[in-house]
Amino acid sequence: MRLTGVATLVTAVCFGWAAEAAEVAPDQVKFEDNMVAASLTDAPGNPEEGVKVFVNRGLGNCLACHVVKSLSKEQFHGNVAPALDGAASRWKMEELRAIVADSKKVFGEQTVMPGFYSLEIGDNVRKDLVGKPILTAQQVEDVVAYLATLKE
Amino acid sequence: MKRIVLAALAAVAAMSGSAFTAAADPVDDKLVIDDKEMIIRAPAPEGHPFEEVMSGWLFREAETRATEADSFANPGMLAVEQGEEIWNTVEGSAGKSCASCHNDAAESMKSAGASFPKWDPDSKKPINVELQIDKCRVKNMGAEPYKFDAPEQVALTTYIKHQSLGQPVKLDLASGEMQSWFDKGKDNYYNRTGQLNFSCSSCHEASMGKYIRADHLSQGQANGFPTYRFNTGGMVSLHNRFRGCIRDTRAEMPKAFSDELMALEVYVTWRGTGLSVETPAVRQ
Repeated sequence: MRLTGVATLVTAVCFGWAAEAAEVAPDQVKFEDNMVAASLTDAPGNPEEGVKVFVNRGLGNCLACHVVKSLSKEQFHGNVAPALDGAASRWKMEELRAIVADSKKVFGEQTVMPGFYSLEIGDNVRKDLVGKPILTAQQVEDVVAYLATLKE
Repeated sequence: MKRIVLAALAAVAAMSGSAFTAAADPVDDKLVIDDKEMIIRAPAPEGHPFEEVMSGWLFREAETRATEADSFANPGMLAVEQGEEIWNTVEGSAGKSCASCHNDAAESMKSAGASFPKWDPDSKKPINVELQIDKCRVKNMGAEPYKFDAPEQVALTTYIKHQSLGQPVKLDLASGEMQSWFDKGKDNYYNRTGQLNFSCSSCHEASMGKYIRADHLSQGQANGFPTYRFNTGGMVSLHNRFRGCIRDTRAEMPKAFSDELMALEVYVTWRGTGLSVETPAVRQ
């Protein structure tokens, strides 16, 4: 099934087809030089959808740890991790994709940040979540597209 | 009535307090309960990751702190009163109450809250206050053990631990196999669980003093349990809190009083060595 997905994506990329739901599986994401060069889906990220995923407490819940000044209408931004204002001026889009997908591949094992598109996760995962990453490939792309708007 | 009104006021105050602009450091303040000064900062024992152990009280909003400092306002004192009733109530086939053997808890239970979990040679495991109560009920009273988090279990545990109010936590790790349970508990503390891939240390060590959303992360100390919590309006036992934290990592929850959580209780309690027992503490 996974191979089929990858094959479909490869085919879609090669021939420029807009195949539906073609996406890179979590364990097939290629990290190189702290970057994930290729989009995880064949649909471009949508920053308006991305900010919703970013804020949603059941999805990205990114404000749990990060401050974003332009989102000050949302209550209670955490400060466990750096503020994300200007993130797009500090990181390339390919780096942002790598950090969101699996920050441990970029910052090392000790980082507290969860891998949002990774199956290398903690023990004893809740049964209904086994084999599922926190976000879908498209949600990761949408969040990355939103982060790319956070320029200094 | 006065107590309930005060508690409601404090709950509203705690909810409306904005953490967005609040300072990220624990407060510099004294905690005095019933004219006794609590030890809320203590030098950490050898091998501890911090230099100083700190009570969770130091990390809470002013209103929450004030509620704990005033025994008449602290809604957890209702559990202490219920626990005292249970202490004196005869139950089971032997026709005994706790008081039949242990008399005045103020004397007999004076150090219990500061020294559990202890080694239990019978089960060859550490035993905490809840399980010691059950052991007494079954062996000496001819009564049924309590179900986990039964209101009677929480109230009686709160009453017994409250007898040690102010006493510094000190475990005997040299007794029996306590040290190997401590070691297991330490492994559990640093083991990441769930889809979110967090360990206890992710929040309570690596991010201690910072905010996760509105929640000011403390050192995760056990010295105030069972604790009154405004957000649920009731008492929360230590194993309930352990399970809630693990659930929040999106992992399956271990059973209360399982070997895994008993080992964790031994280790986490040690991490608060030197802090006063604050049961019943008040949290948001």
